[in-house]
Amino acid sequence: MKYLHLIWAALFRRKARTILTLVSIVAAFLLFGMLDAVRTSFDQAGQSANGAQRLQTGSRLSFIQTLPQSLEAQIAQVPGVKMVTYANWFGGAYQDPHNQVFSFAVEPNYIDLYPEIEVSPAERKAFDETRTGALVGEKLAQRFHWKVGDKIPMQSTIFPNREGSKNWTFDIVGIMHSKDKKAGGFYDQMFLLHWKYFDETTPYNRGQVGWYVTRVADVNQADRVARAIDAISANSDHETRTQTEQAATASWMKQLADIGLIVGSIMGAVFFTLVLLSGNTMMQAVRERTSELAVLKTIGFSSASVLAMVLAESVLLLLLGGLIGLGLAALIIPAVSAGSGGMLNLPGVGAGSWLLGLLLMVAIGLLVGALPALRAMRLNIVDALAGR
Amino acid sequence: MNTLIEIRDLSKVYERGRQKVEVLHHINLDIAQGDFLALMGPSGSGKTTLLNLIGGLDTPTGGSIGVAGQRLDQMGAGALARWRASHVGFVFQFYNLMPMLSAQRNVELPLLLTKLSAAQRKKNATIALQLVGLADRASHKPGELSGGQQQRVAIARAIVSDPTLLVCDEPTGDLDRQSAEEVLGLLRTLNREHGKTIVMVTHDPKAAEYANHTLHLDKGTLVEQAAA
Ligand SMILES: Nc1ncnc2c1ncn2[C@@H]1O[C@H](COP(=O)(O)OP(=O)(O)OP(=O)(O)O)[C@@H](O)[C@H]1O
Ligand SMILES: [Mg+2]
Repeated sequence: MKYLHLIWAALFRRKARTILTLVSIVAAFLLFGMLDAVRTSFDQAGQSANGAQRLQTGSRLSFIQTLPQSLEAQIAQVPGVKMVTYANWFGGAYQDPHNQVFSFAVEPNYIDLYPEIEVSPAERKAFDETRTGALVGEKLAQRFHWKVGDKIPMQSTIFPNREGSKNWTFDIVGIMHSKDKKAGGFYDQMFLLHWKYFDETTPYNRGQVGWYVTRVADVNQADRVARAIDAISANSDHETRTQTEQAATASWMKQLADIGLIVGSIMGAVFFTLVLLSGNTMMQAVRERTSELAVLKTIGFSSASVLAMVLAESVLLLLLGGLIGLGLAALIIPAVSAGSGGMLNLPGVGAGSWLLGLLLMVAIGLLVGALPALRAMRLNIVDALAGR
Repeated sequence: MNTLIEIRDLSKVYERGRQKVEVLHHINLDIAQGDFLALMGPSGSGKTTLLNLIGGLDTPTGGSIGVAGQRLDQMGAGALARWRASHVGFVFQFYNLMPMLSAQRNVELPLLLTKLSAAQRKKNATIALQLVGLADRASHKPGELSGGQQQRVAIARAIVSDPTLLVCDEPTGDLDRQSAEEVLGLLRTLNREHGKTIVMVTHDPKAAEYANHTLHLDKGTLVEQAAA
C-alpha cells in the first residue's frame, strides 16, 4: 500500500496514452456489462415459481410442427395434472410488418394457468363471451394507444383468413397486467386471441394446436408427469416432447440464437483486442521507464517488488477502466430497459456479472502485466543505467 | 584510520558474444572510513565499472571486495539489494529522479524499504532536503528544478537513509561551474561534517580537488601518480 503513489504516478506518466487505453477498457467492460445482462435475462427466462409448475408440450420434431387438439383430454387424464390448455402462434403485426406482436391463439382457460397475469373479472368475462375478443398486455396497449372497446386490424404474417386475406379484425376486451414486474416484460407485451376464432377462420389450421401448457399439482412430480404426457403419443405420427417452462424457453431461445455463444464470441474478440492494446501500453510504459526502474533497484528495491509493482500497475489500469465500464453499464441498462417500453427487460448488472467482471479485470491485468513485469524484474541495473 | 573498503585482486570481464573484454585487471585498493576519494581516468578505463562493484550494483569476475567486513562478492542479488538499501547512497551524472514524483517523494523513496511510519519518512526526507538547502522546493517536481537543484535532490535521496558510503558517478558532469561547485561543496560537507565515505568518479580535475586524494585508472589498472 505504501507503494500505491509510486504505482499511480507510473500509471499516469503518459496521461494521454493511459487515458486512451482506459477509454478502450471502459468501452470493453461497458459492452461486457450489457451483453452479460442480456445473457442473464435469457438464462432467467421462465425461471419463476409459477413457471416451475408449468410444463410445455410441443412436437418432438420441431417447434413449428403442430399437435392434434384431441390430446388435451388425454393429457388431462394424466395423474398429477391440475389443468391443461393449448395455444398457437399467430404471428401478428400491427399496421406495419415490422411492428411484430407476441400474439397467441389460446383456449379461454389459458390465463388460468398464468396466475402472474391479472385481468379484471369483468374483462375476463367479456373475453370469454366475445369470439373476436382479444386481451392485450398493458405495455402493448400503451405502445399502440389501444383501449378497451377498440376494434383493431391485425395482420398475421403467417395465417390468411378464409377470404385469403391476412388482415384480421379484433375487439379489444381487456388489458392484462403482470403482477411480477420483474419477470413481466413478456406478459405486458402479449396479445391473446381465441383459438376457436383462429381455428375456424384460417383454412391453414384444422383442429391443430401449437403446444400444450400443463399445470402440475406438485413441482416434484413434474418430471414424472412430463414422461407420462410424452408416453401418450409415443410411436405416433405426432410424438411430443414435454419440458418445464424454463427448459422449453431455453431450448426455444437456443433455436432462435445461442445467446451464450454469441455473447461469448463477441466478448472473446473484444477482450482479445483489449489484451493486445493494453499489453502494448504496458510494454511501452515499462520500456520508457527502464532507467527509473533501474534506479529503484539501485536504491535497493528487490526484483520481486519491482515485478509486483508493474503487475499492480496493470491490474490497477484494468480495474480502473473495468469498474468505470461496469458502473456505466449499471447506469445505462435501466435506461435502455425503460426506453424500450418493456420490450427489453434487462435485469441490470447482477452480482454474478460484477464478480465475473472483477475476475476478468484481474486476470487480464495479470496477463497483460506479466511480460513487462518479467522484463522489469530481469532488468540488469548496470546495463540499464548505462543506457544499454 | 579504519579501512572501510578492502579490494583484493579484483577483476571484471564482460562477455560480448564470443569476445571477452577484461575491463578491470587485478585491482588492489583500500579505502579508509571517512575518506573522500576521486577516481579519474580516460573514457572506457573502467571507472564506472569499479564504482558499480564498490556500490554492490555488479559482481566481480574474480577477486574479493569487502565493505565494513561484508564480502560483496559472495552475496546474491537479493542480499546485495538489501545491503545497498542500508549501506550505500548513489548519485549519478543525470540525477535519475522520478519525473512524476515531487522532490519530497523522490527523497522518501529509499525510506519505503524501511519500517519507518509515513510521518517519520516525511520528517526524515524534510531533514535531508534541508541539508541540501532545498526545503522550500519539497513539492516541486524534477522538471521544475534546475540541473544543480535536481542533483542536490538526488544527493538528499542518497543520504536520507544515512548510509556510510556515497558513490558518485560524474555528479557534476552535466552541470555548469557554479552548480558544480555547490554540489561539490555539499559533498565535502557531507564528508567532513557527517563522516560519509565518498567515492567519486570525475573527469574534471577541479572537481577532484574537493576530494582528499585522487586515484587514476587506465585500461583497467590503477596507476600510481603523484597527487596533482
Ligand atoms: N555491460 C557491459 N558489457 C560489455 N562491455 C562493457 C559493459 N560495461 C562496460 N563495458 C566496457 O568496459 C569498458 C569500461 O567501461 P566503463 O563504463 O567502466 O568506463 P568509464 O571509465 O566509466 O568510461 P566513461 O568515462 O566514458 O564513463 C568500456 O570499454 C565498456 O565498453
Ligand atoms: Mg563511466
